[in-house]
Amino acid sequence: MAKINTSSKIYLTLVFIVLYAPIFFLIFYSFNSGDSMTNFQSFTLDHYKDVFADSRLVVILLNTVVVALLSALIATIIGTMGAIGIQTMRNRKLRNTVLSLNNILIVSPDVIIGASFLILFTMVGIKLGFTSVLLSHIAFSIPIVVIMVLPKMQEMSNTLIDAALDLGASKKEVLTRVILPYIQPGIFAGFFMALTYSLDDFAVTFFVTGNGFSTLSVEIYSMARAGVSLTVNALSGIVFAVTMLLVLGYYFVTTRKMKGVRK
Amino acid sequence: MQNKRSGSITLVPYYVWIALFVIAPIVLVGYYSLLDLEGNFTLENYKNFLTPVYLKMTLSSFWYAFLITTVCLVVSYPAAFIISRLKNKQLWLMLIIIPSWINLLLKTYAFIGILGQSGPINAFLASIGFEKQQMLFTSASFVFVSVYIFIPFMILPIFNSIDKLSPALLDASRDLGASRLYTLRRVMIPLTMDGIKAGIQAVFIPALSLFMITRLIAGNHVITLGTAIEQQFLVTQNWGMGSTIAVFLIIFMFIIMAFTGEKKKKGASRRGKN
Repeated sequence: MAKINTSSKIYLTLVFIVLYAPIFFLIFYSFNSGDSMTNFQSFTLDHYKDVFADSRLVVILLNTVVVALLSALIATIIGTMGAIGIQTMRNRKLRNTVLSLNNILIVSPDVIIGASFLILFTMVGIKLGFTSVLLSHIAFSIPIVVIMVLPKMQEMSNTLIDAALDLGASKKEVLTRVILPYIQPGIFAGFFMALTYSLDDFAVTFFVTGNGFSTLSVEIYSMARAGVSLTVNALSGIVFAVTMLLVLGYYFVTTRKMKGVRK
Repeated sequence: MQNKRSGSITLVPYYVWIALFVIAPIVLVGYYSLLDLEGNFTLENYKNFLTPVYLKMTLSSFWYAFLITTVCLVVSYPAAFIISRLKNKQLWLMLIIIPSWINLLLKTYAFIGILGQSGPINAFLASIGFEKQQMLFTSASFVFVSVYIFIPFMILPIFNSIDKLSPALLDASRDLGASRLYTLRRVMIPLTMDGIKAGIQAVFIPALSLFMITRLIAGNHVITLGTAIEQQFLVTQNWGMGSTIAVFLIIFMFIIMAFTGEKKKKGASRRGKN
């Protein structure tokens, strides 16, 4: 059973073709000088130029990036503090309750998060738009950060902190010089996951965004409902490139970190 | 850790988050489910949900989620197994995960082009002498696209559990005379059950609540619980009914999680009895 036979190879190849074909199909036609995703006429970059010439689309791209970076940053701060706090909890029952509450937003379907946040923002009186979208993205990213940081906290031996305290470190120094450097890979992974969740989110944003504010996913949805437009293909080319860069960056940073830890 | 007090200070923003964005929304959904359009308390929404119209919709939503999950599982299990036996398995796994990081909307949009009247599949069918098929806006295309979207989420947990499984166990089973099928059924699947369950959980709950794919790919042929909630909240503006459906979706979610959750203690004792 250990050997991989030909039929297994064919099967896996098929899975990979199915997984990647649609993505490359999209990007391929983004270079089509025609105006549909059928017969490729000739190579052009016009659709990419269209994206950057359309100030509305550029604003939406910027919105998406700003929301992703800001929400990931704030969620990482709150989530990391939360994870550190959870680790110091003595009461087991309380700790388990907090952890279950933490996971609710991770397993909840997007529609429910979106709908319930919509009710919340309307009740509190927050205008739907940038603020509501940002708050929602922070909210659904926090539990992911906690999940990424907590294992690092658990891995860290308490003796490290005791040693630091015995050697005269203040509590603040223990936090900034001992705990944070140790859990840094977890924090980094959490930030990255929060970033991708925010960039990828459609459903929650769709519910809590107002008329004046849009992110890429929501915009693609309304464009796609109107029919095929190769501008969307060009957008997908850009998104694909950015995603690849993020993944590669993440991959290199984490593998280097891991090696560092092992040494 | 002695610094108990500083520990609780770091928890303040986190607790605020739990109160505002975890507890309050659930309470609000429950509260709104008891309101009618004028804002009066009523059980009307629940009565409505229990009428054949909504029950049928719920059933069909479950049916589609079941189909999507089953197809995903059948495709993913062998794939995860093969990957676990490859040389650079982590790299291959990474390649499986990468598509899940591409924006969901874009992947769905791709299928509008691929499955469309003049898309490559129809062009291929035409070239081998078939008539053009209407593939977009059918329930089959909905299942296909959903499976496509969810496959990485099914492969990942299954891979993790297969990877932990020692190949020696499979060899032992074969040496002791078990057939391939018997080994799969009695050794491999039970030992990788946690991964299968995690995969089912990761696919079934989102499949119940999809609404974007139903709109873009299935037209109005498929209505899931998610589509119904979106419809009530954003189109008909009946938040009460929308919240009621959401309450049921939350209940279903907990039931599914109870079935697919890791029951380590129980599992161990059951294994002991056998």
